[in-house]
Amino acid sequence: MSMGKSLPHDAAALHVTGAARYTDDIPLPADALHLAFGLSTCAHGAITAMDLSAVRAAPGVVAVFSAEDWSEMPDCSPSLGDEPLLATGEVHYVGQPVFLVVADSHLAARKAARLGKISYDERPALLTVEAALAANSRFEAGPVIWARGDAAAAIGKAPQVVEGQFEVGGQEHFYLEGQVAAVLPQEGGDMVVYASTQHPTEIQHKVAHALHLPMSAVRVETRRMGGGFGGKESQGNHLAIACAMAARATGRPCKMRYDRDDDMVITGKRHDLKIGYRAGFDATGRILGVEFTHLFRCGWSQDLSLPVADRAMLHADNAYFLEHIRIESHRLRTNTQSNTAYRGFGGPQGVVGIERVVDHVAHALKLDPVAVRRRNFYAEMAEGGLSAPPVPPEDISEQMKSGAFRAAAPGTGHRYGGAHSPKAVVQATPYGMPVEDFCLRAMLDELERSSDYAARRAEIARWNAGSPVLKRGIALTPVKFGISFTLTWLNQAGALVHVYQDGSIRLNHGGTEMGQGLFLKVAQVAASVFGVDVAAVKITATDTAKVPNTSATAASSGSDMNGMAAQAACLTIRDRMAAFMAGKFGVEPGQVRFEGGMVRVAGEAFAFAQVAAWAYQARVSLSATGFYATPKLQWDRVKGQGRPFLYFAYGAAVTEVVIDTLTGENRILRTDILHDTGASLNPAIDIGQVEGAYVQGAGWLTTEELVWDGKGRLMTHAPSTYKIPACSDRPPVFNVALWNRPNREETAGRSKAVGEPPFMLGISALMALSDAVAACGDGAAYPALDAPATAERVLAAVQRQGGDA
Amino acid sequence: MTDLAFLLNGTPVRLCGVNPTRTLLQYLREDRGLTGTKEGCNEGDCGACTVIVSDESGPRAMNACILFLPQLQGKSIRTVEALSGPSGEMHPVQQAMIDHHGSQCGFCTPGFIASMAAAHAQGRRDHDVVLAGNLCRCTGYAPIIRAAEAAAAQPVPDWMRDDAAFICSEISSGVRGQTAPGAFRPETTDELADWYEAHPEATLVAGATDIGLWVTKQLRDLPEVAFLNGIADLQRIETQGDSIRIGAGVTLTDLHAAMAGPHPHFAAMLTRFASEQVRNAATIGGNIANGSPIGDGPPALIALGARLHLRKGAARRDLPLEDFFLDYRKQDRQPGEFVEAVTIPARAPGLRVWKLSKRFDQDISAVLGAFNLTVADGTITAARIAFGGMAGIPKRAAAMEAALIGQPFARPAFEAARAAAAQDFTPLSDMRASAAYRLEAAGNMALRYFHDLSGTATDLHEVRA
Repeated sequence: MSMGKSLPHDAAALHVTGAARYTDDIPLPADALHLAFGLSTCAHGAITAMDLSAVRAAPGVVAVFSAEDWSEMPDCSPSLGDEPLLATGEVHYVGQPVFLVVADSHLAARKAARLGKISYDERPALLTVEAALAANSRFEAGPVIWARGDAAAAIGKAPQVVEGQFEVGGQEHFYLEGQVAAVLPQEGGDMVVYASTQHPTEIQHKVAHALHLPMSAVRVETRRMGGGFGGKESQGNHLAIACAMAARATGRPCKMRYDRDDDMVITGKRHDLKIGYRAGFDATGRILGVEFTHLFRCGWSQDLSLPVADRAMLHADNAYFLEHIRIESHRLRTNTQSNTAYRGFGGPQGVVGIERVVDHVAHALKLDPVAVRRRNFYAEMAEGGLSAPPVPPEDISEQMKSGAFRAAAPGTGHRYGGAHSPKAVVQATPYGMPVEDFCLRAMLDELERSSDYAARRAEIARWNAGSPVLKRGIALTPVKFGISFTLTWLNQAGALVHVYQDGSIRLNHGGTEMGQGLFLKVAQVAASVFGVDVAAVKITATDTAKVPNTSATAASSGSDMNGMAAQAACLTIRDRMAAFMAGKFGVEPGQVRFEGGMVRVAGEAFAFAQVAAWAYQARVSLSATGFYATPKLQWDRVKGQGRPFLYFAYGAAVTEVVIDTLTGENRILRTDILHDTGASLNPAIDIGQVEGAYVQGAGWLTTEELVWDGKGRLMTHAPSTYKIPACSDRPPVFNVALWNRPNREETAGRSKAVGEPPFMLGISALMALSDAVAACGDGAAYPALDAPATAERVLAAVQRQGGDA
Repeated sequence: MTDLAFLLNGTPVRLCGVNPTRTLLQYLREDRGLTGTKEGCNEGDCGACTVIVSDESGPRAMNACILFLPQLQGKSIRTVEALSGPSGEMHPVQQAMIDHHGSQCGFCTPGFIASMAAAHAQGRRDHDVVLAGNLCRCTGYAPIIRAAEAAAAQPVPDWMRDDAAFICSEISSGVRGQTAPGAFRPETTDELADWYEAHPEATLVAGATDIGLWVTKQLRDLPEVAFLNGIADLQRIETQGDSIRIGAGVTLTDLHAAMAGPHPHFAAMLTRFASEQVRNAATIGGNIANGSPIGDGPPALIALGARLHLRKGAARRDLPLEDFFLDYRKQDRQPGEFVEAVTIPARAPGLRVWKLSKRFDQDISAVLGAFNLTVADGTITAARIAFGGMAGIPKRAAAMEAALIGQPFARPAFEAARAAAAQDFTPLSDMRASAAYRLEAAGNMALRYFHDLSGTATDLHEVRA
């Protein structure tokens, strides 16, 4: 049984020898051309003149295209159709592609692209959420408001109130492999596309749309990406479409890859936002009512901003039962890069809001924030409780209408210390989804013990009292993250499995590999069905010609959905092989067992390859497709009600930091994590995801600062100025453990999704910095750290505490 | 166009008519199909293009994206494709990276492997320093460090010793000096001096860690260029009585090694100077001559009281280093004149150097503060204080110095120095830091000096959970 084994990444040996082939490594025919965009230098304006003669005359240039060269401008948007490949008369941000250079080398294209002379009639640019709000520049008619109860009334009656507003910065994906695509023209106008994309079907769809071809004439292949993190869900469309247009025009293969600076200037990032909050609470820290205002800076086009902002709202509760809550979400259109999907997809922005509120409440009450967190947790799931029979959706909606979940909730959800009630109380999220799998009370019991949280907190207080310059801080934050696409129809996946007559197995599915180990996990599922070693399963590139109509590999759903689809395909073939063997040996099919590379039947054991050969000779089909549609989902986006998720994944982290009160410099000293990936398909892969997500999340909130100047130019457009965590920024003591309890829901091996949820564990670093800053004062002023909490911001917060080393 | 010869993955390569600003990365990927070495940023900041370059001084990791081909004359280059053994057995760092799950997307991995293999051959155990110039976005680095630690216990494989045994002269014979218009590769300082006097418009390239970006990012052409890394007599470090003379061609790596004894605080800062790969290529002469207001070398050297040695043809002159920097990107350097060496005192026990940057490692300084105080009988008798990042040039802090000199070594003097920072500097705001923060932090460094020498804990790195 290969499921559950800590196998190394299937491509590890290729990675370490340089043999793993990425899109830019694929050899192209010698006549291949290379593309580069000429970019807007104006944040908002009308193009009044464009002189591309120097571009056309530059060495190596084969063709140059701008809006006037095409009767119809291809669209690159994944949503609204509002992203022309090249600017059509107006520009909307600095970095928008305006013209396209096709040259005989990458360098020649880049050099020529600098030679365009474009004049603009500049218009006022909206660069901040305040400016966009004032101008009512937004997507959708007005803010989206979801509420439960009466937050204003609850806050009005509450004994104490905290309020504030804080900034949460965006985040550059900084996938190490930049955006890249190559298109090879085929006979009859068909196109083959190699793309570094999380969404081959979207590339196929957009290329077909641009060329007025049926999707069947475009094939997209993606073997692997050098990192995605959401940045290759929609942002690769432009390159593939540009290559397709140029390939059609020239009849030659075309490749485009962004130089790093271009990549950072052109593509969208994690949405930055401002979060306003007001919360009423009692003396125990119980939050009685809370209001949030999210001001999302979406950038110039809609892209995926609406579902991103939705998910932020869906995670505004994080792990807490908030009976009275109101969330107002503004999706503001600005003259900046179009912000896009990024690991967590708005979830981190929602979670950091409520974690800030809890931290603020705890500070006001001089309580350990962990006590306040526990005070507000959802009710713990019932013991055992595996695989509850699926509740028909109509039942859920009936219960929601009757308020059954809510009625059960007040006053029952505040037990401390993981005491488990024999009678399960199920509380509902603000959007009406019952939280049936809550396990953070038990997880905190374990994590507080393993991290020695209470003793360290006391020791840190003692240490700080004797250290005038350096101060330490510690924080524990939890995460609860909903798993499924909120656009329900995306929750489907397909697979194609072949068993060859020599017993080798070829596996294909709709998920893409970006380093997360998806291909290996799905192969482990497939190998387990056939009872063979995972090495017998050939992992192959994602290919729209093999599995059609796939969803993006996103929303952490890759292994859940593709694992189940592959399992279905494998079971179809295995059932055929079992039926054939049962007939051959005169037993029931259920008596044929596949294990250890053998097929056991009627007291005998045959090699899997032998059985495959017999089945082939007996004219049994050894190829099958598999399909999976995530069950139980029902979501009304307009009302903000329903069950958008199949289940929740949980985790918690304790981070300790030290700050220098003279400069604000800071270091993470130790991190302890306990994370829930269900019954892990591959613990090594999952721990790798957790470690990496934590460091990336901590980077988002500490050193990763995006800076634009007053003209809308991104000033941090390379790793020299945009600082993702480096090696020494990881916690020097870094203990990561998996909770390893089976998923309550029926997923592949009862595992849980892992890609995004642990990203939010990085919030513990921000809260630990807040704790260290608080140690500089007398408790009167809340540190109120903005994110990213750079050294500069930490020093400013220290100064607000009035302390002086 | 120039001719050159080097060893690539054990095989001699001789190139004619090479564009002198073609990078090693372009050559590997586009001309040789060696696509294991990746382009991540094309500016020497991510390390995805790291290769191992060996010469008489041993194997060193360098960024192929900002190495011009002529810099490789007579060197041996080993890429990720050629780190496994002759019969395909994995190098210990490769096997450890597999065993410890050190790769996820795998795109940064070849660069990590190259850095780790170079460090493994050197017997290094300071993995955080070795790998500061390799960015990974997937793993959070923990499994990579576990792999590096595991591999450190394994011996250097035989096949990795071959490059060290390689005799560079065998391949460099017949390739000397100017072989084509536009590019010159002197082997002595005298040759350079004569040529540069005759070609004052030329660009001098030592490590190319800055000039490389002129080409890869600004897409500039360099019509006339001299490559200095073959000038052995420019790379000497000589102790002369109570001073140390450092040749302009000394790499930051070699400078770090030389400073560890006499100036440990300077050396400690140098471990945060860019990254291992950059320090292996970059020179102290380049760091000075570049004239950047945010270079990390000059403030420390100014605080030490460094004298700069300039040369033009046969003429030499020297001056205090701080006098070299006239204004933003403007130095006291005549056409055809170049930095030959810098001399510093061999002792400065009162020296402290602090680098302040958004990210701790491999970042450009927001502020670099260097304090060199002399205290006798409880009184501050001398003070040399210099900052980077606070003005258009690396600049001494005259008012801060004045506030300290003659005062008792006690907190009030340092409070006064802190306040005096505003008289010395009117810094700028940029993407690295605001003007107010720069000023605040620079002043606070005076207080840090007091705390540090008073025995109060000020070093974040000495704190353990």
